[in-house]
Amino acid sequence: MTKKIKNLNLNFGPQHPAAHGVLRLILELDGEVVERADPHIGLLHRGTEKLIENKTYMQAVPYFDRLDYVAPMNQEHAFALAIEKILNIEVPIRAQFIRVMFCEIGRILSHILNVTTQALDVGALTPSLWGFEERETLMTFYERASGSRLHANYFRAGGVHQDLPAGLENDIAKFCQNFPKIINDLENLLTDNRIFKQRNVDIGIVSKEDALDYSFSGVMIRGSGVPWDLRKSQPYDCYEQMEFKIPVGKNGDCYDRYLCRIEEMKESVSIIKQCLAKMEKGPIKTYDGKISPPSKKEIKQSMEALIHHFKLFTEGYRVPTDEIYTAVEAPKGEFGVYLISDGSSKPYKCKIRAPGFSHLQSMDYLIKGHMLADVPAVLGSLDIVFGEVDR
Amino acid sequence: MKNLTDLEKKINSELTTKINKSEIKHNQIYIEIDKDDLIDVTLFLKSNKDMKFRQLIDITVVDYPEKSQRFKVVYLFLSHEFNQRIILNYIINENEVIPSLTSVFPSANWMEREVFDMYGVNFKDHPDLRRILTDYGFKGHPLRKDFPLTGHSEVRYSEDQKKVISEPVKLEQNYRNFDYESPWEGTKYIKEQTIDNDKKN
Repeated sequence: MTKKIKNLNLNFGPQHPAAHGVLRLILELDGEVVERADPHIGLLHRGTEKLIENKTYMQAVPYFDRLDYVAPMNQEHAFALAIEKILNIEVPIRAQFIRVMFCEIGRILSHILNVTTQALDVGALTPSLWGFEERETLMTFYERASGSRLHANYFRAGGVHQDLPAGLENDIAKFCQNFPKIINDLENLLTDNRIFKQRNVDIGIVSKEDALDYSFSGVMIRGSGVPWDLRKSQPYDCYEQMEFKIPVGKNGDCYDRYLCRIEEMKESVSIIKQCLAKMEKGPIKTYDGKISPPSKKEIKQSMEALIHHFKLFTEGYRVPTDEIYTAVEAPKGEFGVYLISDGSSKPYKCKIRAPGFSHLQSMDYLIKGHMLADVPAVLGSLDIVFGEVDR
Repeated sequence: MKNLTDLEKKINSELTTKINKSEIKHNQIYIEIDKDDLIDVTLFLKSNKDMKFRQLIDITVVDYPEKSQRFKVVYLFLSHEFNQRIILNYIINENEVIPSLTSVFPSANWMEREVFDMYGVNFKDHPDLRRILTDYGFKGHPLRKDFPLTGHSEVRYSEDQKKVISEPVKLEQNYRNFDYESPWEGTKYIKEQTIDNDKKN
């Protein structure tokens, strides 16, 4: 007698703690082996691009915080750079250091979250408890500079919104002193941990060729042995002056990507230290009154400043007709903004290129032939945040 | 092929008939081609030893509803080898079907699905052309310029029917799009009136 075997279709999510957000993954299982994965995304789609088309350039900045909400300022950076390139604005050096410093803080924020939650996905609780304490410290730095822990809205075309408050630089320096010890602690928990290695080594292997074909970027491509980092290859702001190494993986599996993230955090600490050492007092945004708003003091004294203030916060600044693509190395990979301006004060089109979108797309390729229990491990190492995937 | 001008020259000489226009701006090459040459051009860019544009960064569409050919399709490529970026584009009509890049770049799959979802542009030979970002059963293409910002329908839980229902958008106050662009010159209708008056005089 022959028995008919039918594959099992399993719904993973949309509400699942290991889905890192709202992902509905439809898995076709043969026993415990995944035959096919079909991610359904868009459950967090908020129409960011449509909204940006209806807002002035300055009003559009907060939408970027809400994309990859674990590293908000990195996204703002891409948008600010795009406008600056079109308008040809020179950014004061202090502003560049501040921006790079906060971008690296964002990178640490994101990598801590990813490394620790990945550990959580494969069964380790302690790393997340330790890591989140550090994230909280970092978010207080965000708060002290910008006024809010997460949705910073801090970067502007031509610089940053305001100068760092007194004492913040010292506190960040102190953090840089202590943080390497925390990374070591995390590494002690995970790097040689037998269970962690069993769950991650040789899981979700990406070859060099496939990493290129699937438009991978960031840690996903470096983990597969491609030494590509936009901070080095197409440096923006003051990254040229920074000295840092690019960690590259060998096997392209989940474990190598984990190691890359750990090493990147160490490099980020070194970049923050360099920024702090090189930072001098000076202007934090361009003096061009047509782009950056005047200070409160000036508004009280000068008629022209008052007019500028009024015009900037109603009409906003106009950006001449142009078309540009700028990308930054966000913690998750290449985050790009393809901006079309039409001479008005609102972007005509603003396409956001999110790294997670192409990473998640390869889920079917990555998970085929793996066991069901490997799904969270692979998903964790992709470093998916739905804010940016769904936009 | 490190130099951008050399690269542009090379592309133009190799693909003479296929390139309609090329220019260098912001350290990137912008190329305009015809729809039918897309696959040939991308294959050349991807495999030629002096190009090596191995990564497709993104695909998107720009909507110009007032133009006779409404959509501009844009492809962004990156070459790791030579550290260059290329922006490829061509113009199509509203109902035109365009070739899919999935055979050349597997990553084009979702990008094209997104374009289809957001702009309603159809792709030929796409393996799985479904909506991707919008809700199941969504109607319309949200990123078209004629799609209202507030959308057409809203979703809420109905206490009577005990289920989630979708109904036409009801707004307490309409979305107010203030025209700050030129408050000094007055609003549009006043400008038109003055022009009319000038004509009469």
